[in-house]
Amino acid sequence: MNPTLDKFLGGKQGAIGLAVLATLILVVFPLALDAFRLNMVGKYLTYAFVAVGLVLCWGYGGILSLGQGVFFGLGGYCMAMFLKLEASDPESTKIQSTPGIPDFMDWNQITELPMLWQPFHSFGFTLLAVIAVPVILALVIGVAMFKRRVGDVYFSIVTQAIALILTVLIIGQQGLTGGVNGITDLKTLMGWDIRDDSSKMILYFINAFLLFGCILIGRFILASKLGRLLMAMRDKEERVRFSGYDVASFKIFVFCVAAAFSAIGGAMFALQVGFMSPSFVGIVPSIEMVIFAAVGGRMSLLGAVYGALLVNYGKTYFSETFPELWLYLMGGLFIAVVMYFPNGLAGLWESHGRKWLGKLARKPAAPATPAPVAEAPVASSQPRELETTP
Amino acid sequence: MDSPTRFLPRRLALGAAALSLLAASVFSQMALADVNTTGLAVTDTEVTVGQLHSATGTMAISETGSIQAERLAIEQINASGGILGRQIKIIQEDGASDWPTFAEKAKKLLVGDKVAAVFGCWTSASRKAVLPVFEKENGLLYYPTFYEGLEQSKNVIYTGQEATQQILAGLDWIAKEKGAKTFYLIGSDYIWPRTSMKIARKHIENVLGGKVVGEEYYPLGNTQFGSLINKVKLKKPDVVFTAVVGGSNVAFYKQMKAAGVTSAKQNLLTLSVTEDELLGIGGENMDGFYASMKYFQSLDNPNNKAFVEAFKAKFGKDSVIGDVTQAAYLGPWLWKAAVEKAGSFDVDKVAAASPGIELTTAPEGYVKVHDNHHLWSKTRIGQVQKDGQFKVVFESGLIEPNPFPKGYQ
Repeated sequence: MNPTLDKFLGGKQGAIGLAVLATLILVVFPLALDAFRLNMVGKYLTYAFVAVGLVLCWGYGGILSLGQGVFFGLGGYCMAMFLKLEASDPESTKIQSTPGIPDFMDWNQITELPMLWQPFHSFGFTLLAVIAVPVILALVIGVAMFKRRVGDVYFSIVTQAIALILTVLIIGQQGLTGGVNGITDLKTLMGWDIRDDSSKMILYFINAFLLFGCILIGRFILASKLGRLLMAMRDKEERVRFSGYDVASFKIFVFCVAAAFSAIGGAMFALQVGFMSPSFVGIVPSIEMVIFAAVGGRMSLLGAVYGALLVNYGKTYFSETFPELWLYLMGGLFIAVVMYFPNGLAGLWESHGRKWLGKLARKPAAPATPAPVAEAPVASSQPRELETTP
Repeated sequence: MDSPTRFLPRRLALGAAALSLLAASVFSQMALADVNTTGLAVTDTEVTVGQLHSATGTMAISETGSIQAERLAIEQINASGGILGRQIKIIQEDGASDWPTFAEKAKKLLVGDKVAAVFGCWTSASRKAVLPVFEKENGLLYYPTFYEGLEQSKNVIYTGQEATQQILAGLDWIAKEKGAKTFYLIGSDYIWPRTSMKIARKHIENVLGGKVVGEEYYPLGNTQFGSLINKVKLKKPDVVFTAVVGGSNVAFYKQMKAAGVTSAKQNLLTLSVTEDELLGIGGENMDGFYASMKYFQSLDNPNNKAFVEAFKAKFGKDSVIGDVTQAAYLGPWLWKAAVEKAGSFDVDKVAAASPGIELTTAPEGYVKVHDNHHLWSKTRIGQVQKDGQFKVVFESGLIEPNPFPKGYQ
């Protein structure tokens, strides 16, 4: 096999895993679910972007960010600003005191479009901003933290603080951001009605392909020398530093990649759900996103997707079936996962599923060739962070 | 037994029976087809509605009253024979104090369950999140909370007051009764207090000829009001006018009392303290201050006595009923009246039939649905008593709802 392609696919094992997930997302869900449920799966998958990013920076890089909601939110807000401007044409806002500006600005006595919003008339700029704004913020945070060798728990706390600051900022500047209500009532993307069932279907597939794109990029990073360095840094940072590597730069890089993935998820969220609000930016959603990765298995890119799907499906299912009890059930699920499957679904699959499948196929369980990408936790790289994180 | 002579009549009889059965089913089928042409969840015996509030999360404490009131109203309607001969079945969904969840659940109720109407939402943020869903899927929402106005939708009936209804009568009263000229405006920092204060300021400056000596907003959940209270003591306004919400209320009024700013020295008029909030604040901490809204539990009329009694019988004698709880109770009754007037559950027909619907049995007295889907209602001024209840000291006439007030924007 072509070695570059091999890097992307992660060997035979990786290719099979990818094919199974692709079948599930691209074939099974669209055929089995109605438009409403499929749109919900699309929403869950936007969280999977964040979880995939977290596998890279937390599972492999050892950087536990408890503020990924910040990047998800920034990506989402950039997209929502463009969509909101399009929805606020003078014709449909003519009952306002100032027609042609978003409705919440009118309610806050703002009479002209603020400078910050002007560039978001352009779709090209918006697409650029969706990635660039979060990445630049991640870069600034990364440089400020990692160059000064701030790491571990301290870094996690700082990311939490940033999530809190951004929430307060968004809520406080409600004339500019829509405040607590967020940016709502998004209707069209360049004249294309994004609320139809057919357009939701198209957005679902765009979302799915972008997600697979991110997974492949993630695989490529992990399969390359950089991936090995990340793991080495996570387990013995000093040794890597003494070997002459600039540890901080690698950390900054992987943190920025995770931020970019989250931002794409946020932008797709705004498109599919039709609004954006500060409730995705704060501390609680950010921690929830870490849970997606933890449930799925933080050492597995594919596991993260399953984790995001499962946790969110559980949320929807429990809250529909037991509206009074569901939070306790979700809590129970998390506790069970952490206590019994510390490596998440992917770990469970590694320890039991594969053996079981091997028995079924009457073949030895061990792969014929050593996989270049460790999709599963390697015994020697057992999580050091488990001691330092709750 | 089966002789051919007897066979024929029996077949005839059978045929006749089958025919009549068919006729009956066609009849009721027609009846069903008449009342439901848009595929809503309506059967010959049942109609399904949705209930969408926060049963969990930070808003649960506020929304529980609304959940209970809507359930009570639906139970009473069912006991009195239902709507168009059909019993109401409720599907409850939890918005979990989370706006995207509200949007998701609204869509589930409308698209998945095909409910004929939804009673729900509490905060403006949740309403803003579900509004596009209701407009897109053509659902019908009964929204109970007093709110900032600046909104009107074919798909929403607003059973609470919009801002001008609640504010103007209150300001007029306190200006007249207390000779108030100077006002200090204080609110939580989000759309409802800001819009309310904007309306209040215009009214104070342009109509009452008074003066606003201070206007301040605090983040939701803020609990430090020390410097604000000092400023109030310094400026000595005739009236402190507040729209502080949620947990901040408890801190604000306790700190006011601790700083010696009590009703003996200071007039205070609030838009946001109902009997529910008073439970947390404690009547003794607000004793003598005033609130302006359309309903107080202590209203003295037969409708309200029956309502309070039924509510306490069902949810416990210590339960209290605030403004929003009463407004939520109106939702199912207004819907029933509109459905019966339209002779149909179809959302378009019910929405079209809604303007002009009158309710003489409302606990707050008489209400009527305006063309703009808000209610004509009276505004009352209640004075806080030590026991956590309000004494009604003033009652306005019926006030027209005006969600887009000219001259106040």
